[in-house]
Amino acid sequence: MLNYALLLHAAPYSHQAALSALRFADTVVANGHRMKTVFFYHDGVHNASALMAPPQDEVHLADGWKRLHREHGTELLVCVAAGLRRGLLDVGEASRHGAMSHSLEAPFELTGVGQLVDAMLTSDRMITFAP
Amino acid sequence: MIDVSGSRPVPQDLLVVLRHPPHGTQWLREGLDVALVAAAFGQRVGLLFQGDGIYALLKGQQAGALGQKGTHPQLAMLEMYDIDTLWVSARGLRERGLSTDDLMLPVVPLEASAMVELLQCHPHTLIF
Repeated sequence: MLNYALLLHAAPYSHQAALSALRFADTVVANGHRMKTVFFYHDGVHNASALMAPPQDEVHLADGWKRLHREHGTELLVCVAAGLRRGLLDVGEASRHGAMSHSLEAPFELTGVGQLVDAMLTSDRMITFAP
Repeated sequence: MIDVSGSRPVPQDLLVVLRHPPHGTQWLREGLDVALVAAAFGQRVGLLFQGDGIYALLKGQQAGALGQKGTHPQLAMLEMYDIDTLWVSARGLRERGLSTDDLMLPVVPLEASAMVELLQCHPHTLIF
């Protein structure tokens, strides 16, 4: 059994990469490995949007990531610097910045790039998905 | 830092590959951020500038018209974070009519075969 981490740079739906990453993550656990961490960076932070509302006949990416967390304990880490710039704020950040609403909720977590480095060092494999 | 091209690259803990120029996208800035944070976490970090990423190293940069900060302040911080292992694609330099004299930091140019070896010998590689 291997511990896997994914680094996702791609926005949802704009590119194939986010869909490919979710399929890869599902395959990791289907093959008996551990899907330890998904780190959302660059435009990938938009995958964590609590306001994502795709048409019902399309894959719901944010729900897909949440399912991984629920069923397999996958950490869903969102870079705070990349996220704040792009409007991904949890309740605490929204309040701190005086924003009228928040756009990120658990199980997604705002975190620093240090957690990316940690995920890289503590996983057997880190795979990047980029547009 | 390795001395001349032709000698074998010394692998670091992490190789960050930078392929985008300073302005126009966020790739270079966010790639450099990872390099700096990894170094702050005690990792030995090497940088490979490839393709238009070489423009990150050009001397005389400014913030530019788009209201972006530019990435030259981040490059100036590399030394403070003990990141002094910088490789560039020799072919990328030639294609852009540049020499190492045009660059703001000392770098080691690598030919294609050495770049293959560089990617193979690093335990971790992140590409931006």
